[in-house]
Parts: sequence; C-alpha cells; structure tokens
Amino acid sequence: MTSTVRAAVPDRAGRLRRALAAGAILAAGAMLTGCVANSDGGARQRIAVTATDDSCAVATPSADSGTVTFTVKNDGTKVTEFYLLGENQLTIVGEVENIAPGTSRELTAQLAPGGYFTVCKPGMTGAGVGQAAFTVSGEEVRSTPEADAVVERYVGYVRAQSEELVPAVEEFVAAYVAGDDETARRLFPLARVNYERIEPVASSFGDLDPKIDYRKPGADQEGLPFTGFHRIEMDLWHDAAVAGGRYTGDADLEPLTPEQRRQIGEQLIADVTQLKSNVSSPDFSLTLSDVTEGARGLLDEVAAPDGKLSGEENEFAHTDLYDFYANVEGAYVAFDTVRPIAMSNGEQRLVDELDRRFAEMTALLERYGSYAQGFVSYATVDQPARAELAAKLNALSEPLSKLTAAVVTQ
Amino acid sequence: MHTGDEEPADPETPLTSRRQLLGMFGAGLAGAAVGLAGGAVAVSAVHRGGGSTPDSGAVPFRGEHQAGIVTAAQDRLHFAAFDLAPELSRDELISLLRDWTAAAERLTRGEELGTGIEPANPFSPPEDTGEAAGLGAGSLTLTFGFGRGLFTGPGDGLGDPFGLRGRLPAAFEPLPPFAFDMLEPAQSDGDLCVQACADDPQLAVHAIRNLTRIAMGRAHLRWSQLGFGRTASTSRAQDTPRNLFGFKDGTANVMAEDRAAQAEHVWVGDEGPEWLRGGSYLVVRKILMTIETWDRASIGEQERIIGRTKREGGPLSGGGEFAEPDFAAVTATAQGAKPMIDAHAHVRLAHSAQNDGARLLRRGYNYVDGSNSLGQLGAGLFFISYQRDPAAFVRVQRSLRSDLMNEYIRHVGSGLWAVPRGIAPGEFIGQALFA
Repeated sequence: MTSTVRAAVPDRAGRLRRALAAGAILAAGAMLTGCVANSDGGARQRIAVTATDDSCAVATPSADSGTVTFTVKNDGTKVTEFYLLGENQLTIVGEVENIAPGTSRELTAQLAPGGYFTVCKPGMTGAGVGQAAFTVSGEEVRSTPEADAVVERYVGYVRAQSEELVPAVEEFVAAYVAGDDETARRLFPLARVNYERIEPVASSFGDLDPKIDYRKPGADQEGLPFTGFHRIEMDLWHDAAVAGGRYTGDADLEPLTPEQRRQIGEQLIADVTQLKSNVSSPDFSLTLSDVTEGARGLLDEVAAPDGKLSGEENEFAHTDLYDFYANVEGAYVAFDTVRPIAMSNGEQRLVDELDRRFAEMTALLERYGSYAQGFVSYATVDQPARAELAAKLNALSEPLSKLTAAVVTQ
Repeated sequence: MHTGDEEPADPETPLTSRRQLLGMFGAGLAGAAVGLAGGAVAVSAVHRGGGSTPDSGAVPFRGEHQAGIVTAAQDRLHFAAFDLAPELSRDELISLLRDWTAAAERLTRGEELGTGIEPANPFSPPEDTGEAAGLGAGSLTLTFGFGRGLFTGPGDGLGDPFGLRGRLPAAFEPLPPFAFDMLEPAQSDGDLCVQACADDPQLAVHAIRNLTRIAMGRAHLRWSQLGFGRTASTSRAQDTPRNLFGFKDGTANVMAEDRAAQAEHVWVGDEGPEWLRGGSYLVVRKILMTIETWDRASIGEQERIIGRTKREGGPLSGGGEFAEPDFAAVTATAQGAKPMIDAHAHVRLAHSAQNDGARLLRRGYNYVDGSNSLGQLGAGLFFISYQRDPAAFVRVQRSLRSDLMNEYIRHVGSGLWAVPRGIAPGEFIGQALFA
C-alpha cells in the first residue's frame, strides 16, 4: 500500500478534517470484496463500536479477513451513522444509518486484507467524527458481488458527500456574507469539492445544478438568474471579472451589496441542502450503469469545452485544478465501488489498466498541489502543460468508457 | 495505376522519352521547387493530362515502400503529428506500432475496426467511430514517420528513451532556421506522424481520428491539419493542379512512373541505416498565404513573382506549361535589357538548375483553417515533400531566401520525420528499427 498523505478541508466548525489523500486513492479498492447482509455463520468476528456525539470508538482496530460484524451502539444524543471506508477514505465499503440514541445496529461485511477507515456521523451531516484506521490481515477473500449491494454502497457515498457538502458551503457562505473575502476566496474551491465528486448525480435533478453550478453563459442562455457558486465567484474575483472584459456592461458585473450577498449565499445553502435531501430520500436510487456512466460523465465534465481543462469552469478564480481533482476522485470511487463486479466478470486487465491510469492522472495533478496546500492557479498552467493533462485524461477516459460493458450484465 | 508500389504498365517508354528530352535541353535534373509554382520541364513529353480522378479502390498498405508517397496524389489530406507519453516504454511503443499497423491494414481496405460500428454489447462504445461506413477504401493511404524525439527523447534531445539513440541516422539533423520563419510549436514537429490521404475527406479524418483514439495513453495528438485540392501531381496520369495563388503547381514533380528518379531522389539507399533503406525523409511546412494582399497584386506583378503565366502556366521566357524556362532570355526596355524571368522569381530560385540538381517529391495540399478575427482567411499551402536526404530540402529552401513570393507567405509550421521502408507481410511499421 502506498503511504497515506492526507489533505484537509475545513468542516463546519472550521477545523480541518481529513479528506482524500493524495496517492491513497490509488491504493484502495483491490482489497474490497463484498458486503453481505447475512453471513453464512462461519468464523464471524464481532467488533463493538460505541458512538457518541463526538467520538466513534471501535473496540479493536483490526480483524482477520472474512466476515466481520460491527455492532454499533449509539450513546450520543443525535441519530448517527457508522461507515467503513476504503483506504482512500472515500469509497464506502459498508454503512449503517439511522442509529437512534440508545439503540444498536449491526453492519456485516466481508473484508479482504488491506487498510480501511471507520467513522461515525452524528446528526448525519458533515465529515463525521472519530475517523480511525482499521486493518484487515489474512487470506484473500472470494465472494460473488451482488450488483444491488454495490450500487447501494455508491448511493451511500453520494449521500455522504452531500452531507459533507452542506456544512462546507455554510462555512464558505458565512465568510462571504461577513465580508471576509480573503477567507471566502480560500474556501471557494474547497466548498465545491464534495459537489464536484458527485456532479452527475446532482445534475440528474434538473433544476438544482443550474442554480448551484451554472456558469454565467449557461444561466444567461436559459434566461435563469445567475446564482450559485459561480455568481459568488464573479463577486469575489470582481477585479478579474472586470478585467476579463467578457461581461462588460452586464448588470451582473456590479459588486453585490451585503444584502445581495446574503440572499445569494442563503440560496446556495438552500439548494445544496435540497440536494442532500433529494439523495437522502428512500426514493433515491441508481442503477449499476448510472454509477459507471456517472464516472465517465465526471471525466467528460473535465474535458468539456466549458469545463476544467479549458479553464472555463472557474473563469475568474482559476481554481479549476481543485474541480479537476475532485472529478477524478469521484470517478475513481465509482470505479472502485464496481471493481468487485468487474473482477468477478474476468476483467482483470481493464481493472489493472484503470488502476494505472488513475494513478498516473492523480500523480500528475498532485504535481500542481493538493487541497491542503492549495493547487496552483490554472492561469499559470501553460498550453503544453494543459496538453499533458489532456493526454493523461484521454489515457484514463478511454478505458473508463469500457467499464459499463465490463460490469453490466446484458 | 495508383498503387504505391506498382510498376507502371510501360515503364520504359516514359523513361526513354524523358532521357531524350533531358538530353535535348541539357537541363540536368529538372524542376525542384519548394511547393508553389515550381519549374516545369522535363516531363512534358510524357505528361498525359486528361482525366485524373482516381478510382476509389484500395491501395495496398504493405509493400516495398510505404504507400502515400509515390501513390498518385489523392485529393484530400488529414495529417497528424503525435507526441509520445513521457513514461512510455519500448514495449509500449512497439505495441502502439503493432496496433496502428493492424488498424491501418483494415482502414486502407475500407473495413471497420475492432468490434465495428455496432458492437454486440449495447453497453460498449463502438470501437470504430462509424463515419466511414459505406464509403469503401477510397484510395486511403496511411504513411507513418518517426521524429527525432523517438531517438533522442523530448526537450534537450540528450535522452534515449527507447534504446534507439545509436540508430539515429547521421542525415537526420533538425531543419535549420530559415529567413521569414514564423514557426509555431503548436503546428510543428512531433515524435510520430501519420499522413492520411484519400479521395474522400471523411475517410482521411476517420483514419486519423481512430488512430488517435487507439494511441491514447501511449501517444497524444500534438497537432493536425486538413488539406484539400492536392497541389502536386505524383503521376503522369494526373493534371497539374493549382495552389491558392491560382497558379499551377508541381508540374515537374518526381513521378510515380519514374523509378530511376525515385531511386536517386526519394528513397534512402545504402548511405542510410538498414531500417530506413527504401524509406524516405518527410518534410512538412505549413505556409500561410496572405491571400488578401496577393489578390490585389496586378496580374503582371503576380506573373513576375511566379515567373509563369497564370492561365497556361508557361514560363515568362515563352512557350507552354511544359516548356523549359530560359533564365537567360532578356527583353529590351528603356532602362536596358531585363531578364524575362525576374532574377528573384520563384520559378528561377526553386529550379533544380539553381540548386545543384536537388529534387524533391512534392505532395502538398491547399488548406483553409477558417478565418481569423480580422476577417482574413487562414489559407495557404500545406507543403509536403519526400526526399532521400533532408539536406536536399534545406538546399532548395535556402535558395528561396530572396524569393519575391516571400512577401505573400509565412512559414508557420514545420516538421521532419524519417519514414521507414514499406511494411512487409507480418511486420509492423518500422519493425526493422527495433530488431
């Protein structure tokens, strides 16, 4: 396993939470196998987990490979969730939700050797508490993955990302509304990370993406008010927007008043909260091809003429490399989640190719920074360097386009 | 008669005629010229004119020489240059050349690639992009070249990424800078190149598009260029075409039927490494024409610059298109005797007589890349030449330094590649280089 380098983004409380780690994204996955609802009653291992409002104590941080059951007791005051994450700290291996105060619920998973993380999420929002490493050692585990269970894990990932998105946006908006532009500019790309990881899902709710993430030309073309992340971006980088000359004479080029800032900010919070609500609904479901085609869609977002590769997505802030990285992370998690099905279908070569191409893409992006250290302004990335990014993106996107056929049974 | 390596039906007659003609005029090797309206001489006696539309059959991909060089010039071009992935291994480079070979063989036969345009699995992207379905082979040729980067790595050229440095031919030196160069890196060079020529532009584009896709992860498209309206004849069966200055161009090319001239001027011989013998060097120059200002030049001025008449293409010293220019001919004026063909006319400077007999096989195309924000057409000549030694091109190009035409052109792109010999059955492109 590669060493884990952690990046960090601020959570609602302003502390730094761990997010995906550079490099670690590549190491996950291969050890993931199946998550089973009912064990065969073999050598099942039971591990107690005690959750409170600010802790997530796992009785033992390791287990032998095979079937493991976590019994999660909620000693806190809020409804909580328990997640078992892959080594990249993003891919969900298993989760159990809606653990009411004073009650216990179980999570049973078949675990292959490798590194994992455990975390609880009291209040079912934010980045969670008590994240800790969990190690599984022993023999490889063979299991037949079930498509439904795999999709459910990805749905869990989407929900978790939406839950982290809301407080991240709240913190960003708070700084913006308070007139702390320096902090708001720093938080802008970080507040977008969770959204960019699950963008195709968000786009599936037709009215939300235009409000949250439309660029000005898109809003203008559809006759919508210009709102969301990029409206705030235009205001926060007002000098750049004026100097760019593209919108000279447009009413949106006026600096926003404190009251206008409050309105735009509150609407963005309301919209991402609606997104969280939508994906949390029991009615929300995805298919296996939604997952894999969503991964393809994420990379298409990067390559689009008004996307990240061209630098158009964040035309004033030039923070496109954050979005680029988050899109790639999101695509990786989708791939990593369906990996057991691909392996079971004999697609070892495609899986190996994707592992390699994700690793190369991620390594190249990390030459430009990280969430924690910041990525360089995309305006400083010259044309040959952008072409190099494009080449790596192509190298990844081509095999990724074969993933749906590799996992979906006709 | 348009296959790359086919013997002409009657090879002796034109050669004999040509030799007789050369003897008559004592002109030496005729008609070099960097693109644009070159000198027209020797081949006049055997020029057949007449219908030049090639049939739309298949040109064999494999043979002694690569197709697309002496193949009768098709009307359409898509040229592409690629850079290799920085971390590419020798085995991966070979795998790319193998995959390209297999694809090229199918493409030039008009066959669909891989799982075709409608794969059985509805969740699979089609391996063939589809736009060439039903169009047949259309005389498609795919000609592959190796850039210096293959031997010396990127950047400073001091590397050896594939263990090929020791096999870099001595003659394979980068082109020197020339006067009036305005070269843009984004339209120049590349580790690999593919010249796709066909009767139908869609076939050429389909070929480059799919070869690009196959290469993803191993090689990345650096730049590409569409061309239309061949600006050179490479067979005596073809009419002399016109460039965008409106003048006939490429009258005196090295022709497919003239195997002796090919052996002398096009194919690398014993002086080159084994893998390149029977191959050639490919030079590309993207030459922007400032056609708006050209169009305002009087007909007298245009003809003075070129050294030929516009409609017929005859030299200003007299005679028809295939008359030999008489560079010594003068006309009396009030200021005294003046040469009938200007001392700096393009035809004079480009002529082989001015270039120690250097001769190139030209295969260029007109291009128009839309227009710019000033309302000027992005038009010009995509010059392509094949020669035994890059020095032949350098010799001719240096002669053009004082060319009157320079006022109306800028060289904006450039490239030089070694084109391996033809691909034998069972081989991949350039296999001998890796032996």
